[in-house]
Amino acid sequence: MTTLDTLPPLSRAEIRDVDWASLAPDEGKRLRALGLDAGARVAVAHRGVFMGKDPIALIIGRTTVAVRRAHARAMTVEVL
Amino acid sequence: MSRLRTAALVGNPNSGKSALFNALTGARQKIANYPGVTVERKSGRMLLPSGEPVELVDLPGSYALDAASPDEEVTRRVVMGDFPGETAPETLVIVVDAANLEQHLVFAQELIALGRPTVVALNMVDMAERDGLALDADALAAALGVPVVPTVAVRRRGIEALGEAMDVAEQQDLSQRHLVRDLTLPERRLAARNIAKGAILAETAQRRWHAHLDKVLLHPWLGPPILFALLFVIFQAVFAWATPFADAIEAAIAALIALVEGTLPAGIVRDFVTQGVLTGVGSVVVFLPQIVILFAFILAMEQTGYMARAAFIMDRLMASVGLSGRSFIPLLSSFACAIPGIMATRAIADPKDRLTTILIAPLMTCSARLPVYAVIIGAFIPATTVGPGVGLQGLVLFALYFAGIVGAVLAALVLRRTATKGAASGFIMELPRYQMPLLRDLAIGLWQRAWVFLRRAGTIIFTVTVVLWVLLSFPQAGPGERQSEVSVAGRIASGLEVVVEPIGFNHEIALSLIPAMAAREVAVSALATTYAVDAADEDEAAAALGPRLAGDWSLATALAFLAWFVFAPQCLSTIAVARRETNGWKWPLFMVAYLFALAYIFAGITYWSAVALGF
Repeated sequence: MTTLDTLPPLSRAEIRDVDWASLAPDEGKRLRALGLDAGARVAVAHRGVFMGKDPIALIIGRTTVAVRRAHARAMTVEVL
Repeated sequence: MSRLRTAALVGNPNSGKSALFNALTGARQKIANYPGVTVERKSGRMLLPSGEPVELVDLPGSYALDAASPDEEVTRRVVMGDFPGETAPETLVIVVDAANLEQHLVFAQELIALGRPTVVALNMVDMAERDGLALDADALAAALGVPVVPTVAVRRRGIEALGEAMDVAEQQDLSQRHLVRDLTLPERRLAARNIAKGAILAETAQRRWHAHLDKVLLHPWLGPPILFALLFVIFQAVFAWATPFADAIEAAIAALIALVEGTLPAGIVRDFVTQGVLTGVGSVVVFLPQIVILFAFILAMEQTGYMARAAFIMDRLMASVGLSGRSFIPLLSSFACAIPGIMATRAIADPKDRLTTILIAPLMTCSARLPVYAVIIGAFIPATTVGPGVGLQGLVLFALYFAGIVGAVLAALVLRRTATKGAASGFIMELPRYQMPLLRDLAIGLWQRAWVFLRRAGTIIFTVTVVLWVLLSFPQAGPGERQSEVSVAGRIASGLEVVVEPIGFNHEIALSLIPAMAAREVAVSALATTYAVDAADEDEAAAALGPRLAGDWSLATALAFLAWFVFAPQCLSTIAVARRETNGWKWPLFMVAYLFALAYIFAGITYWSAVALGF
């Protein structure tokens, strides 16, 4: 088990747990609305170019969603 | 006469809702703000096939009724009939992206469960087909218990059928709907996945060319240079392509002035029309070509889906000053003019982020400052070279632009820790699929932006220029007196002079700052007037004014004047648009106060440093 922010591009993973308490309530709501929740399967598509490889573009279903590293850090994943 | 039937387009962001709205209503759209919030209200009239007119609103894209942003809050309240002055829409037209049902059906189920007359527009079916998806609209309709109409908004496919479905929506049998009202989000998500699966007839290997495009455009090394190259082209276009049109507008205004001068007898009325109204409003309308060109690029970037990628690339840099990638485009637009820049902040979901962006937008060097810079640099900075191909004048101009950016960065850093303090703003953004921009949607968008700008020029800016003209023209100078001394503005300038004298400004500069409130570049023509330079237009004024200034001002004064204009707080149009976008006077007044303080301090530092160095 690791957190989503550590994965390099092209990795696939299943979200096991999200530490919602570490995120702002509206951000948590938005992430859940986009389907980024426990049980979701995601793939890391791209990472930012400047310092910290932030933000991260995730593919979930047929959508591509950009999130910050801080959001990805709150997500415990199992690499597939 | 019965009341007009109302309907609303609701759906996820990136469901093609706006394109569908354009296809349904054409150019008959009204744009306003929802009262009390700065969320755009788009409405229009459409005719159903039965001939019945319907008032259609395009609600802000949302992911759920449980709002996470101000625009989602508007959607929720309007749909629930909870927005004062808005009637709850009788018919809901839910727009879903056919290629992304699994995601879009989550919100759709929530809306269907409200039990209103509902039609689902299965939009962008062509894109789904291109992605290798064959969908069964009837199966989807059966699963959802509401009519489903496949549409391709951009090709106007399915528009007629959608109208027919809306026509009979009020006779819908609600018992047909077997959706449970109180599902939790995970339950709805599971249901959405199952319904989507049931509606997919065939799914062949996808040709996801957009994923390949992202590999280039979001490439760590290629992405940023491509973005900057594009920005370079936009800048070139805004300044170069606009010139002939701006010249044409100037010529037209000059011709109009000549016409009025030829018709009206000399006197106060003629002066009012020519010097007050035509010159004043004309000096702002002349920016219309630049604004239209800038918005053509911005709208095209939005429609193709590239805008979200630009935000993605710039997010990290913006995050270092407490903003997010979404602030990038508004700030970029502000290099042309802060008005479209501040208008473009509507795309920023986080209110603190948006406010910070509005507050620092005027620090981006807008094109109105260019004439001022050009005159002063031309007069005081020698045209020598400081290196191969690097001229001193160009270097100073670059330094002035750079100073504005540095000022904005520092202002953002300070503001995010004080006035607009709040949790670090996040950046959660869907990267939509790439699409070809559609000329019709582009034209409608451009027309709306241009109209907003012209309407402002015709109202606020008109009023302001008239007031300024009155201040400058009355009381009229008697023999042996100078108008620039005895007018109300002249007297204000005399009072202002006391304040600005410590930073090296003289009476003429103080006076030029007053009309420069209408538009910054008017400072040039105002200086020309006060120095009694007889010139036909700004260019000529600039040419004649330069030597005159060089003889009258010290270099220290000139540099202080440039430093003042880096912050240049005195643009009434910007203040007016900031007031509208923040819904009150508090923030625009704060903006003016902090910009004035910065301008004063930095002009002072510049002046006294230059004096100390012996200039």
